Order: sequence, then C-alpha cells, then structure tokens
Amino acid sequence: MHPQPSDQEIRPVIEAHLHLEGPLLPILHDLQARFGFIPDAARGVIAEALNLSVAEVVGVISFYHDFRKAPAGQHVLKLCRAEACQSVGSEGLAQRVLANLGLEWHGTTADGKLTVEPVYCLGLCACAPALMLDGVVHGRVDDAGVVAILEEAGV
Amino acid sequence: MKIYVSRDSAAKAVGAERVVAALRAGLAEAGIEAEIIRTGSRGMVWLEPLVEIDRGQGRMAYGPVTPADVAGLLEGSVASLGLTEEIPFFARQTRLTFARCGVTDPLSLSDYEAHGGLVGLRRALAMSAEEIVAEVTASGLRGRGGAGFPTGIKWNTVRQAPGPQKYIVCNADEGDSGTFADRMIMEGDPFTLIEGMVIAGLGVGADRGYVYLRSEYPDAIAVMREAVVLARGAGLLGADVLGSGRSFDMEIRSGAGAYVCGEETSLLNSLEGKRGVVRAKPPLPALEGFLGRPTVVNNVISLATVPVIFERGAAFYADFGLGRSKGTIPVQIAGNVARGGLFETAFGMPLGELVDEVAGGTASGRPVKAVQIGGPLGAYFGREKFDTPFGYEDFDGQGGLIGHAGMVVFDDSADMLKMARFAMEFCAVESCGKCTPCRIGAVRGVETIDRIARGDAAAVEVLTDLCEVMKEGSLCALGGFTPYPVMSALRGFPEDFASVREAAE
Repeated sequence: MHPQPSDQEIRPVIEAHLHLEGPLLPILHDLQARFGFIPDAARGVIAEALNLSVAEVVGVISFYHDFRKAPAGQHVLKLCRAEACQSVGSEGLAQRVLANLGLEWHGTTADGKLTVEPVYCLGLCACAPALMLDGVVHGRVDDAGVVAILEEAGV
Repeated sequence: MKIYVSRDSAAKAVGAERVVAALRAGLAEAGIEAEIIRTGSRGMVWLEPLVEIDRGQGRMAYGPVTPADVAGLLEGSVASLGLTEEIPFFARQTRLTFARCGVTDPLSLSDYEAHGGLVGLRRALAMSAEEIVAEVTASGLRGRGGAGFPTGIKWNTVRQAPGPQKYIVCNADEGDSGTFADRMIMEGDPFTLIEGMVIAGLGVGADRGYVYLRSEYPDAIAVMREAVVLARGAGLLGADVLGSGRSFDMEIRSGAGAYVCGEETSLLNSLEGKRGVVRAKPPLPALEGFLGRPTVVNNVISLATVPVIFERGAAFYADFGLGRSKGTIPVQIAGNVARGGLFETAFGMPLGELVDEVAGGTASGRPVKAVQIGGPLGAYFGREKFDTPFGYEDFDGQGGLIGHAGMVVFDDSADMLKMARFAMEFCAVESCGKCTPCRIGAVRGVETIDRIARGDAAAVEVLTDLCEVMKEGSLCALGGFTPYPVMSALRGFPEDFASVREAAE
C-alpha cells in the first residue's frame, strides 16, 4: 500500500476550511492537491470535524470522478471523449494512444510516469481534438502531436 | 505599437504562449518598442493563435500565427486579415454579452470601466429591489443554461421569499460538449459575471454568492479567483459595494468532475459538500436552495448578460430576438467545422445559415450529416431541419432543444448508431443514481442499442419504449433528455440502424 500521511499532516489541511459554508469539497480538493490522493486516514478526521459519519464522507469521495483513493502516475493525461472531439476523430486517436502505451482507460504505465484518463469536455470544442496534460490544455492534436507533448513532458 | 494576443485557454491550447514568447524575443532583438496586451478571445477559434497589431490604424488581425511567422509579422511582410472587427464572422455578430471579450485585458478593472463596465451596477444601486427585478423581467432574459426559464420570474420568487440569508449561485458547471461560452466569458471578461451577481444580489436581497466552476476549467478558475480578489480590493465586492453601504461578497468553488452537477439541485448538494445527487422539486431552489435558504441559481451567461441590460436598458435588449426568445444568444460553433468559435447573434437565425455560411461547412470538406444542438442531451438535426430558426420554442417544436446553444457538426463519416450508443453510455457513467429510469435505463439503453447493431429488429421497439420511460420518469434532464439524441438519431438516420433498414425491406 502507498504511504499514508500522518494525522499531524492531515489535520491542518482540514482545519483551514472549517469556516466555509459547505467545506467538504474544498477540503477534499486541498487534500488531493497536497498528497496526490485522498488518504484513507483522512476519512475519520473529516467525519469528526464535520459531524458526519465515515460512510457519508466515503460516499462523497466515491461520487466524484476527480477524487483518487491512490496516487496517480507522475503525469496525468486526460483525453477528451465528448461529441465535439469525436466529430474530428478523437476516439480513434485515443485508442491508438492507449495501444501505444499499452494501457486501458485509467491505467498507469509500469514505470509510474503516466496515467491516462478520459475527460468529458474541456471546453475546447472549436479546436478539437483536445487533451490536458497536468492541467495544461492542448487543442487540434493528432498522433504526432500527442507524442511530441508527452516527449516534452519527459514521459 | 500595441500587440494583442488572447490568453483564453483555446488560444493557449493551440500555441499562443509560444507565439507570445517569440514576439517578446523578436521585439527585443529588433529593438522595437511595443506593448503586448493579453486579452480574452475574440471567439474566432479557427484563427487562433490570433495576433492583433495596432500601428495607429486600428487592430489588424493575423492568424493562425506560428512562432515562425513572428519575424515577418514584426517586419510587416505577413499579409493581414484586415481589421479584426471587419472579418465577416465577427462583423455579422451582435455582441452584447461578449462586447468586451477579446477587446480588453480581462483582469484590468480600468479597462472594464473604460468599456462600459459598472455603468449597469451604478444604475442598479439607485433602484429599489422591485425595480431591479422588473427591469430584468422587461428585458425578456431567459436562463441561458438550457432550460430557458424567465430570469425575472425566478428573481422575483427569491425576492419575495422570507429569510434572513439568501444566496446567488452561479452555475458554471458547463459540462456540455460543444459549449464553451461560460469558459470564454469567465476567462475573457470575468468582471461582467461579478457585476451581474452583485446586481442579482441587490435585486433579491442576497449578500453572498458562489460560482460553482467545473474542475476541467483550471484557467477559468484561476482568472475568476484573481478577478474576485481585484474586485474586493477595488470595493466592487465587500461590505460597502462602490460606497453604497450595500454588501455583497462571493467565492469561487471548484467542482469535482461530475457532469450531473450542472443540474441545479445536484449542484446545490455538491456545494453543500454532499454527493451531487438530484433533489426532487418542489421545493424550488428559489425557496429552499443552498443550505435550505432562498437561492437564485443562474447560468454564467444569464448573469453575465445582466450588466448590459442595466447599462443599455431592458427595452434595448428586448428589441433583439424572435418571439419569446429575446435578446442575443452566443452560439458556440464546434466539432467538424471550417470556422469554429463563438458567434453572438440575435435569436432567429436559421440553423442552416449558421452551419453553411457562418461556420463554412465541415473542416474535412465532406458533406454535413448531422448537427447536435444543446450538448450531449440535445437532438441531432439533419439537413431537412436546417430552416429551423434559432429560438427556444422553434427548436422545441422540432423535437430538440437549444440548451446552452452549443452546436457540434458531424460530416458524413459519422455513425449515428454509435452516437446514440454514446449518449446512453454517457448517461450511464454520469447518472447520479437517484432515480431508476436514468440509473437503470441508461445501462439497458446501451444493451438495447447493441442488440439493434447485431440486427435484432425487435429491439427498436424496446428502445423507443425505454426512451419514453426515461423521458417521462426521470427526475432531471440527464435521464429525461438523453432520449433526445438517441431518438433523433434513430428517427433521422434509420440507415445507420441496420435492423431498421432490414425490417423495412
């Protein structure tokens, strides 16, 4: 199992958001930004701080696509699968990218460098196909473009 | 010399940052004095990275520009597209909501004010709450998120609702494929959204606002957060809005990748920190919304249009449009098109004119087969429906919806059975799970379309019946509208559904 942060590391992250109305999503985003995933150890601490049951906290974490139970690869590549990208060949492109990397959707390369995930719309529908690598967007991509983008990131 | 380059994420996605770096290097090398101003997007995405150079004769457009073009651009040896505002795609538009977008530096409040910003808010500050709501009602503004509900009526319900704490919640969970108007205005003119939310607050008696912004838009989140800090610093937000003694403040919240949170009750649950499941209505969010308190939930474009209505007057705005669809609509032209981008126009332009003339047909050069209007829950329109005018009622009458006014064009290589299957698959992935027709129906829908694909003619009737159940029985638009793309594909393009063809033969 991946290493879990300690209680002392988790608590201040949670406490920083307790003054908000509806603090749970900001807490989860912040935990993930710091640790790369939502540590199991945080569930009980959140539940106690927000007067929720652990089941409720787990229910929220599992509802949203963004929250991870384990760290992703060093880099995260999100390929858009929505209709506008499909209209210019994104499905074929995605299948070739996955095949070249030897991955399925949500998979991580053996060296832990790259995770590939689907995303449903990056709002780049007029310059499709689109992708996002580590939060940076790219449009009008093709096979060679994806290779170049990954190379530049050192993947 | 002034040089303008967009900082919109669509421009960045196609290399605007490299062009700007090359421009800086080129200017330094040539020893040219020039100011580079980063603006929002003009909306002509097929020309991005678009560079505008003002040498004293107006903003001349060049695009798409690559770093290799920069030397020639600075020498003046690259052919220009002419004045940006005379490019036909731009000149044909009526830019009200997007008047400043692409023109100004999005994070300059002085730019904002120099181009008409805050005039509307100053006028609203001198009005009573009743007058503010009456102005919005008179403008005919309807919810631009998709449902088309009259904004003034919604505001009036919240205004009259009892409660010591009310909220303005902006729905910026723009998850529909083919739509990017919310993203573009938030990245390109964030203060107009802030001004619109403050006016809404004054109108209904709310002093707190939230923008629920999808996490897939990191650039928009960053711009909005910075704009809120600037607005607070300038006294546009806070305890004493523009010295009026009135209070309004707001926060930007990030979504977490759930499409269904674009539905208003699911969004409210998510904002409260719960699973983003849909709530049954009633109670309306206007009466029991965020934390059970009276809440205006409006789309980004609805709120961002409020300032221009107050700046120019309700009658001015209502003068544009068609029938009960008043004002302008930012049509987002996307997918397989020659000229993709944002085209703001008065309601009423026929679909065919948008597809063939404005968008210039497909990028692939092949014939247009289908156009999906209104995102993943919108119907596919074939050429036989291209005379439909762009309006809420007109699209409804053709078995479709305008939704958030996104338009995705497909050429004749599109397989409509696959698109129908994708609609069901997407619904299954994104269903919140609260109601059975959506949660189970979408899964069965995928299976049933697979049966049709295998040549089982009897499955067509099952699919039709299933769509009827989903449409009538689902709690929200996700399950309720997924039948639109599915049935429009089945009815409009029977040749792609093999067994239908066989059954007919």
